[in-house]
Amino acid sequence: MIGRGLERALGILAVIGLLAGLYAGFLYAPPDAVQGEVQRIMYLHVPLILVSYLAFFVVFVTSILYLARRCERHDAIAHSSAEIGVLFTALAIAAGSIWGRPTWGTWWTWDARLTTTTILLLIFIGYLMLRALVDDPSRGATFSAVLGIIGFLDVPIIHMSVVWWRTLHQPASVLRPGPSTVAPDMQVALYTNLAAFVLLYGYFLVKRVRLEEARWELSRLRMEGAA
Amino acid sequence: MVTPDGEGRMPGPAPAVETRRLVKWYGGYPALRGIDLCVAPGDILALFGSNGAGKTTLLRILAGRVRPTAGTARVAGFEVGKGGDSARGAIGTLAHGHQLYETLTATENLAFAAAMLGLDRAAERIAQVLLRVGLEAAAGSSVRTFSSGMKRRLALAKLMLRECKVILLDEPYASLDLQATKLLEEFLMASKIGGAATILATHNLTMGFGVADRLAILRQGRLVFEGRRDETSLEAFRALFSLHGELGDVE
Amino acid sequence: MSFVRRVVAIARKDLLAEWRDRESFSAMFFFAFLVLFLFNFALGGDQTLIRGASSGLLWLAFTFTSVLGLARSIQGELENDCLDGLLMYPAEREAIYLGKLLGNFTVILVVELVIFPLFAVLYNMDLWARLPKLLLIAVPGTIGFAAAGTLLSAMTAGLRARDAMLPFLLFPLTIPLILSAVKGTEVVLRGDPFELAMPWLKLMAAFDTVILVASLLTFEYLVEE
Repeated sequence: MIGRGLERALGILAVIGLLAGLYAGFLYAPPDAVQGEVQRIMYLHVPLILVSYLAFFVVFVTSILYLARRCERHDAIAHSSAEIGVLFTALAIAAGSIWGRPTWGTWWTWDARLTTTTILLLIFIGYLMLRALVDDPSRGATFSAVLGIIGFLDVPIIHMSVVWWRTLHQPASVLRPGPSTVAPDMQVALYTNLAAFVLLYGYFLVKRVRLEEARWELSRLRMEGAA
Repeated sequence: MVTPDGEGRMPGPAPAVETRRLVKWYGGYPALRGIDLCVAPGDILALFGSNGAGKTTLLRILAGRVRPTAGTARVAGFEVGKGGDSARGAIGTLAHGHQLYETLTATENLAFAAAMLGLDRAAERIAQVLLRVGLEAAAGSSVRTFSSGMKRRLALAKLMLRECKVILLDEPYASLDLQATKLLEEFLMASKIGGAATILATHNLTMGFGVADRLAILRQGRLVFEGRRDETSLEAFRALFSLHGELGDVE
Repeated sequence: MSFVRRVVAIARKDLLAEWRDRESFSAMFFFAFLVLFLFNFALGGDQTLIRGASSGLLWLAFTFTSVLGLARSIQGELENDCLDGLLMYPAEREAIYLGKLLGNFTVILVVELVIFPLFAVLYNMDLWARLPKLLLIAVPGTIGFAAAGTLLSAMTAGLRARDAMLPFLLFPLTIPLILSAVKGTEVVLRGDPFELAMPWLKLMAAFDTVILVASLLTFEYLVEE
């Protein structure tokens, strides 16, 4: 089992990171020339999106490992990461929505990245629902692993299709090659928050995986007792 | 581990079916709790037990349909799940549900089975088995029009399409008419002579006892008895069975 | 090759079994007709609007109708333990998947071939001349949808909420496919040069490849217990 030490360390680091991020985002970085204070939501929205993609990538990798090796830990990590991913994606969309309302005048737009992210959210909500509906845990793990793999592989295809369909979202400020369009001190705030959310993800993941492992341990003990 | 004759003597030919500490858990429910079993070629093992004892689970693991939680099982020379898809070809099964497609005719059902089994001379074999089970007149009729006895006979015909090394039967006597029962017994004897190992899981004490070489009782996932048929009598066995508290379910 | 023989045997068996009582075919045709008919009321009887939205409406009709067929196909195996029987043959799992896929694909394609003229009649469009090009778009779209649908129906067949779960899992995954099919169909219906549909065809090809490879690799894990 993953140790409490790691969990605690990540927790402390995450809190420090979030505090640093809050400071950087709300006090250190200057307000945007065009959008004003509202733009600060970017320091929440962008890290949340990026970390949720990280979470789903982890689901992808651990799903493959689970099918290959049938190790319960991989399934526990996949399940936990999917839950956190869904949470972060939902929050990211909500944050984006709050950002969008004063900026573009609408709560929702059908632009490429928002649509892709929402489809991703739907796929992984389906993933969690599937798990909840399958009674036998090892079958549930297998089904989810397959869905996790296909869902993640689908993401680039979804992205391309939606981008070719329409584009309205501001061009990627972090992931675009070439000189960054974001001011340096804003970049600092962005990366600080990104690091903070990665740590937060790590903390939640470790905590959740420990819970899953405790459950597996319990059922293993029960199995030995009954044999 | 219980050896085939219960006296510590090593078996002669290599067993056609062999399990060691076979365990199967479905979620939190233990279906099999460590089964050690051995069936030699040419032997018929009658497996008794009430509903939920684990008979169907055991047969499905041996058929390669279900993956065991722990332990090993070797069937027809291959370890289950490791022999690849072709290993299942030597195993013939007769399951609870008749596994027939109701909207197709008898011939079409058998033709499909022959294609899936990769058999040659399919038409010839189909004609032969239909004759053997007495369904040649109904060959072109839709299975939906069949009585349950006829459906069972057709399922048996499917089994007869080729020689199997291992035969697994789950409640074969259920809904069988007299003619079909006779056919089944003939088939079991013929297969036995042909060297096939058979495991027959049933409620029906009388019928199962009648065909068996070996007897076993499964209770709540454990093998509580295993022995030779010629070392006991039907009455004694019945008494033994009720000792294990199962008689309420059984004929 | 016995692999191909098995794939064809499974597809033939599915189509034959379905053709005999036509329960699923009838349900699908009736549903398709209903959906097409309802479009008129949903879009306020505005024929111009409907013709303008025709590519999207067609694919809505195709996909919703297909879901019925997909569910029914796996359902047919669950009766009488036929799925167990199918899996106990010495057949490769990939052959079972491809056989089922071929059957599903054929059924959906037949339904599409009926919906096209039905739509043309109801909404006064000349689709006949464009049919070959329409099929060039429809076939890869149908392959992808059937492939994903076959895989997911194997997953959802035994579940409590299976009627809701299959579409809920299937549609988000196939959005890029449906989107591309609609865009490609639009190009054909507008009479634009076919090169404009090429990017969409490429996308559908990419999706089809990914879903087929992934399904072939993972199907055996789905059916074992």
